Parts: sequence; structure tokens; C-alpha cells
Amino acid sequence: MSENHMIETDVVIVGAGPCGLFAVFELGLNDMKCHVVDILDKVGGQCAELYPEKPIYDIPALPVVSGQELTDRLMQQIEPFKPVFHLNQMVESLTKLDDGRWKMMTDAGTNLVAKVVVIAAGGGSFVPKKPPIKGIDAYEGASVFYSVRRMETFRDRTIVIAGGGDSALDWTLNLAPLAKKLTLVHRRDEFRAAPHSVAAMRELVAAGKVDLRIAQIAGLEGEGGQLSGIQLKDDKGETSVVQCDALLPFYGLTMKLGPVAQFGLNLHENLIPVDTEKFETSEPGVFAIGDINSYPGKLKLILSGFHEAALMAQQAFRIVHPDRKLRFQYTTSSSDLQQKLGVAA
Amino acid sequence: MKIFVEVEGKQHEIETTSELPLMEVMRDAGIPVLASCGGSCACATCHVYVDPAWVDRVPPKSPDEEATLDGAFGIEYNSRLSCQIAMAPELDGLKVILAPDAIG
Ligand SMILES: Cc1cc2nc3c(=O)[nH]c(=O)nc-3n(C[C@H](O)[C@H](O)[C@H](O)COP(=O)(O)OP(=O)(O)OC[C@H]3O[C@@H](n4cnc5c(N)ncnc54)[C@H](O)[C@@H]3O)c2cc1C
Ligand code: FES
Repeated sequence: MSENHMIETDVVIVGAGPCGLFAVFELGLNDMKCHVVDILDKVGGQCAELYPEKPIYDIPALPVVSGQELTDRLMQQIEPFKPVFHLNQMVESLTKLDDGRWKMMTDAGTNLVAKVVVIAAGGGSFVPKKPPIKGIDAYEGASVFYSVRRMETFRDRTIVIAGGGDSALDWTLNLAPLAKKLTLVHRRDEFRAAPHSVAAMRELVAAGKVDLRIAQIAGLEGEGGQLSGIQLKDDKGETSVVQCDALLPFYGLTMKLGPVAQFGLNLHENLIPVDTEKFETSEPGVFAIGDINSYPGKLKLILSGFHEAALMAQQAFRIVHPDRKLRFQYTTSSSDLQQKLGVAA
Repeated sequence: MKIFVEVEGKQHEIETTSELPLMEVMRDAGIPVLASCGGSCACATCHVYVDPAWVDRVPPKSPDEEATLDGAFGIEYNSRLSCQIAMAPELDGLKVILAPDAIG
């Protein structure tokens, strides 16, 4: 996408968690077109990132559904409205334009302009966990990487990958053929990752192409921002040093409020206060739904966010279609709604 | 019952009758435990070191807790996720240290 390319739409939703996804549905029923941005490389927010396999028991009419299945079903439900997703991108700024619309920029250079903004940022944006190792900051960017943007960066390097989940294993498999040498460090000889990746990693280890060390990182060695080695400690307390010039720690993701704090909205204890009629923030036209908002009696449940999305969409309609009258209709009996859903007879 | 929590070298004493998870008891007492997933064994940011004398007296780790601990740092044999330890009268006197990666 070109740097200055500007996308104009009715609504931009910040966050593709369950509440952001359901908002596409409620807004779509009311004739509003949505673009959805998320820093993750997938949709589903906490449900898809933190507990895809765990069961949820309190979604009305779904006695049990896993985090991933709920996400998949929401994607199926909103499909008729053809939302446009911008994944792997963080919304970094929100500014009001002279014509009353809102402009957002992402860290990937995408420019979005919309009449309505829905903040569905949950607990904030997902960012990689940083190991609390003294002096690690000095190496970030040159020798310590929390994600892989370009594989070529790692060609012919001596790499240590730390962690035991899917990211650690996927990058072990992808980078092993490029690397001069690759060592995988994990605290135990068990991996919570897709079984086929674990099997593929074990084959590389057996073939001598990857070194597997059961240990934890105890410290870093190097100077001037360039790593030269990593101190390891095994479960007997024995220490050793592995030579390396690049470290990739994959200890999972954690949520940090992030740029939403700089959007110029009122915040209270890292949450966005809203009213309970329209779920609007301190800025008219900017709404907040799901885990990110607060109001008296708020429960951080998926079902609360669904309700909030439905009410928010009523007020959003008045802003996006000021000349049209809002009609209350049931999906069961409205041929108009059924047409939008693509199920009309 | 009484429990003792060390945070960055400082001792805190908590008096409780609760049978909730240790994480919630600490949080309710104002201990700055991060616990970002709210106790659902998904984030590892409620990591504590159980005093060696208590390691065998707290209920054992589930495989799920062991797997979630992969996302914590500085893991020792006495590392536990405090949201997975339900308080009970037999834990009167329990001593733990809040791990650096769990301080909010
Ligand atoms: C282990 C666990 C079990 C749970 N069980 C249940 C349950 O049984 N029932 C229930 O109702 N709830 C449950 N929850 C809570 C539920 O998952 C949340 O209430 C729900 O995910 C909130 O949805 P959301 O859409 O508001 O936000 P989230 O799911 O948090 O999604 C927000 C998204 O916004 C993105 N984002 C934030 N800021 C930016 C930015 N600036 N730019 C780009 N993207 C951004 C984030 O990356 C994230 O993907 C559970 C939570 C956990 C962790
Ligand atoms: S609070 Fe998240 S694992 Fe305990």
C-alpha cells in the first residue's frame, strides 16, 4: 500500500476482537460500511490470541463454544457486509478533520478517514512480552527482535530463539535453513505448539540442524548494542554461554493500552468512560465498546460488548446518514434486512 | 488465616478468611499483582515463588498451569501461578514472593 493512499469509509473500528467484529454486523444492518484495524495478524482479539481452544459457556444460545469457534462464527455472520481488514497494523493516531470526520494513521502508513470511529481495543493492543533481563533494551533493533519482519535479516546469522509456543517453533522451522546456526532455548522438553511443528523441530534437532537447549536465559553478553552470547541456566542451576548475534524471544503476547491513550479521549484508569445510551466517548462520533469502556455496572463480558455494539450503531447511523430516518426492524421479518444479509427469498 | 507476600524485598502480611485464589486475595489486599488475564491461567503475570517450606503443601500444578508458565520468566522449581492456588485453612501461614514479571 502506498504511504499516502487515503481510504474513506463510513466507520473505522479499532480492534478486531469479538466486540469489534460484532459491531460490523450491527453497523452493516444499518447501512454503514466498516474498515477494521488490528495489530494482530489475525482477527478474534483475546478469544483467538489467548484462549482459542478454551471453552466459553456464557454466550447466549451457544451452550459451549471455543474462543476460535466464536471468532469463526462471527466472521461468518458479518461476511455479508464485506468488512475490510487491515491486520498487522497499529492505529497510532486519531485526529479530527475540519469537515467533522476523523483521520487515523497506522504504523504501516495506512491513512483512514471515517465519519464514525469505534474503539473496540479491549485491554489494549497486543505486544510481545519482554524478558526482564538487565540491559536488554540496548540490544533491541540490532540483536534482539520480538518479531520477524523480513527473514533476510537473519541470513547467515547465529540465532537463538527462546520460547516453547507456536511462534518459537514456527520461526525455528523457517529460519533454520537461512541461519548459520540456530539454537532453540526452552525451559522444559515439552512444547505447547502444533504437533506437526514440534515433530518437524525434533527432526531438525536429530539431523543436527538445530540445537535444542533445555534451559532459561540468565543474561546477555555483548557490547555496543551487538550481542555476542547468551548466558543460560539449566534446571540444575548449571550455567553456560551460547555464542550468538541475534536473539528472538517468543514468550507470548501481553496487552498494553498503547496509542489509544494518546487519542485525546477522556480516560479513567486506562478505560474510556462512556454513557450507556450511545456508548459515545468524550468526543461525539467516537464510540467505545467492549472491554475498553467503563460505565457504572460494566461487566467485561463478550455479551456486554454485543449489546453495546447494537446501541452504538443507532447513534452512529444518525451521524453517517443524517438525512435518513432510523427504523427499528427485526431480522426475522424485515425483507429489507434480509436483503442486506443476502438471505431474501 | 495469615499469608505473607514479599514484593521487591518488602514484606506484606495479609489477614484473610477468603477461599478465593491467592491472586485475588493479594489483589484485594492492594498487592500490585499484574494478573492481566484476570485469573484464567492464560497470561502468567501472576507468577509467585512459593517458600520452599510450602512447596509440597500447596495443591499441585495442573498441566495447563505448567504450560502457561512457559510465558513467565525466571522460573524455578517453586514457581507457581497464584491464580491457580485456591486459599484454604491449611494454607494459614503461606509465604510467597511476587516474581518480578508479575509486578504491575
Ligand atoms: C482466558 C480468558 C477467558 C475468558 N473467558 C470469557 C468467558 O467465558 N466469557 C466472556 O464473556 N468473556 C470471557 N473472557 C473475556 C473476553 O475475552 C473479553 O471480554 C473480550 O475478548 C473483549 O472483547 P473486545 O472485542 O472488547 O476486546 P479484545 O478481545 O481485547 O480485542 C481487542 C483488539 O484490539 C486490538 N487493538 C487494541 N488497540 C489497538 C490499536 N491501537 N491498533 C490496532 N489494534 C488494536 C488488540 O490487538 C485486540 O486484538 C475471557 C478472557 C480471557 C483472557
Ligand atoms: S492471572 Fe493470568 S495466569 Fe494467573
